[in-house]
Amino acid sequence: MPTTDQALDEVLNLAASHFKVPREKLSPDDDFFKALGIDSLQTLDLLTKLESHFHVELPDYELQGVTDFRTLASKIQARL
Amino acid sequence: MEQFQGQTLSWTLKDGIIEVALHREPLNEISSLTLEELEKFVAALEDLTRNAHAIILYSTLKPGFCAGADLRELYQWIQKFGREEVANHARAYLERIHRVMNVIDACSLTTIAAVHGVTFGGGFELALVCDLIIADKMARFCFPELRLGLIPGYGGIPRLKRDLGNAVVRDLLLTGRSFNTTKAQQIGLVSQVVGEGEALRAARATATQLGKFDRTTAAAAKRFIKPIPLEELQREIDLFCELLARPAVEAGLKKFVESTGAQPYLP
Repeated sequence: MPTTDQALDEVLNLAASHFKVPREKLSPDDDFFKALGIDSLQTLDLLTKLESHFHVELPDYELQGVTDFRTLASKIQARL
Repeated sequence: MEQFQGQTLSWTLKDGIIEVALHREPLNEISSLTLEELEKFVAALEDLTRNAHAIILYSTLKPGFCAGADLRELYQWIQKFGREEVANHARAYLERIHRVMNVIDACSLTTIAAVHGVTFGGGFELALVCDLIIADKMARFCFPELRLGLIPGYGGIPRLKRDLGNAVVRDLLLTGRSFNTTKAQQIGLVSQVVGEGEALRAARATATQLGKFDRTTAAAAKRFIKPIPLEELQREIDLFCELLARPAVEAGLKKFVESTGAQPYLP
């Protein structure tokens, strides 16, 4: 099981890769909507990618109000 | 009519396969116009069926298959007719769309929904009328209606119950959460999972294979295994109309329609 820091790093790498944003431009506490320039539908893509990568289910309601990569990673970590 | 080019959908018949393409921006929201064009399709189906063995439903739009009912139109109806009268208007509309869905559901041809991305609400219900769902790995399925104080109205609950059972319906319906394709395949909803952008190709390959089978047998097998849950479908319409007339629904729709937030689909 990855540590919280490892999970966070994987979330950042995956988001950068999927949305074609330079990894070095993303920071753990960034608002991912702004940093990735994504809307709600694209957030669903991110959710699908994360679920697939970490082999977890992330119910949409657990992500309500989550806007930064660090909190997102902690939600994933809690399901591993 | 072997082909049709509408504003919300188009169809073609080629090599025994009827392909129905949804293409109403932004995400194939099902409006009155969509319903009119679906009714045209169903009216043409009797003729089309003579030279076909399969139907494929798919979306040409990148974000997904279909986001469901046009909620802006539904909100406009409430504004136009008022809460008391809107239920009557909605009932007439739902009875029309149920007729369309029931015809496709019971069609003697084998039907395939080739889905990707957002397959929500009425879009999910449209996929559920098909015999097979082939999904790319980025598809997501959801009944978000409870978030607005409603239930699915296009036959989704009885059909999902028929196909998968009550527990799956309760999970999707009562939590409003979305399932990814892996989950959807695990529970038996999706018959094939394919790579990103490959759902239509896989559906065509499957439809071509179906053309090798005797149509009378295939149609008889379908009639045997796939009853239309008419009584529950009618009760769904009744319940939807009863719920629609409440102030909470108008408030939920208003919030959705006027939302500029990043996650308008979450209440």
